[in-house]
Amino acid sequence: MISTVVLATGLTLILIGIWGMLTHRNILRIVIAFSLIGTGTHILMVAIGYVANGTAPIIDHGLSTAEAPMRAVDPIPSALVVTAIVIGLAVTAIMLAFAIRLYEAKKTLAIDAFTESKW
Amino acid sequence: MIRRAGIVLAVALFGLVFARLTVHHVERQSLPPLGKRYVELVPQALGAPNVITGILLTYRAFDTLGEVAVLFMVAAGVGLVLGRREGRNENPLTDAPQPPRQASEIVRTGAQILVPLIAIFAAYIITNGHLSAGGGFQGGAVVASSAILLLLADPRRRFDQQFLSSTESAAGVLFVLVGVAGLIFASGFLDNRVLPLGQFGTFFSAGAIPLLSVLLGAKVGCELSVIIDRFRA
Repeated sequence: MISTVVLATGLTLILIGIWGMLTHRNILRIVIAFSLIGTGTHILMVAIGYVANGTAPIIDHGLSTAEAPMRAVDPIPSALVVTAIVIGLAVTAIMLAFAIRLYEAKKTLAIDAFTESKW
Repeated sequence: MIRRAGIVLAVALFGLVFARLTVHHVERQSLPPLGKRYVELVPQALGAPNVITGILLTYRAFDTLGEVAVLFMVAAGVGLVLGRREGRNENPLTDAPQPPRQASEIVRTGAQILVPLIAIFAAYIITNGHLSAGGGFQGGAVVASSAILLLLADPRRRFDQQFLSSTESAAGVLFVLVGVAGLIFASGFLDNRVLPLGQFGTFFSAGAIPLLSVLLGAKVGCELSVIIDRFRA
């Protein structure tokens, strides 16, 4: 149940991101929409790794080694998301650097001003 | 008008696909075999209570190494794209050349109080990565957040680039050396059993994982700080 709600949230974020990328003409807003898609994907991956009534795969007082395989959620999507978040930040940094360069070239952030580099 | 209709159509089709995914989603009732194997193996074979850190820093540590290389490439790439702006007189982000505005007193005082606390918190997150939620990437990101706060409080502050780049390189070289030690003294590249596993759940346990965590945290923190610093106008 709860993973379905989380899954729907992630997919909604991806949808908002796609809509934002297609409708907005400002490069910074497109970058924000791209980050929304990335964040939605992370939430989606965490939702896929959820096991019914599971808990974080960390052994402590509440979760003994013996019962961990029964009660823990899948650790692989979580490990993937940790790396994906860092890569998402790196991609955003590169996009913002190009946005600064494009602004220097045309003194505008509207993507319509860059049609000559379209094809 | 046609463009707008196309956008609406595309978003609606994506929405249809996503709605079907959500409706037909069935929650897992048990772990898949690989995840189950990791949950069993990490506490037993590696001695790390946090399974995710065990995966990131031992079983998939080679991927982590590649990812740090990606971060390094991004730092270099941002430097390449934004480079050679130092010599220019005009400030590209503001059309009229003017000195950056001084931060308000609240921001400056807040930064003075918060930066040491953030640094302690980052050290806690990095060094407890094998015991509870945390690790090198997360702690490194917290270090970078303190770098952002310092820049907001004083936009003219210069970070010591020499220190950042040499720390980052040293952490990277040591990370690889620990990996090679695993190749020689244990069963494979980046095997954490080069150091004694210690008692399960204590601070000095889980072999080389805390050491790798600290190295990773230092490297990620320095790289993110360099990336942030490059965006200064």
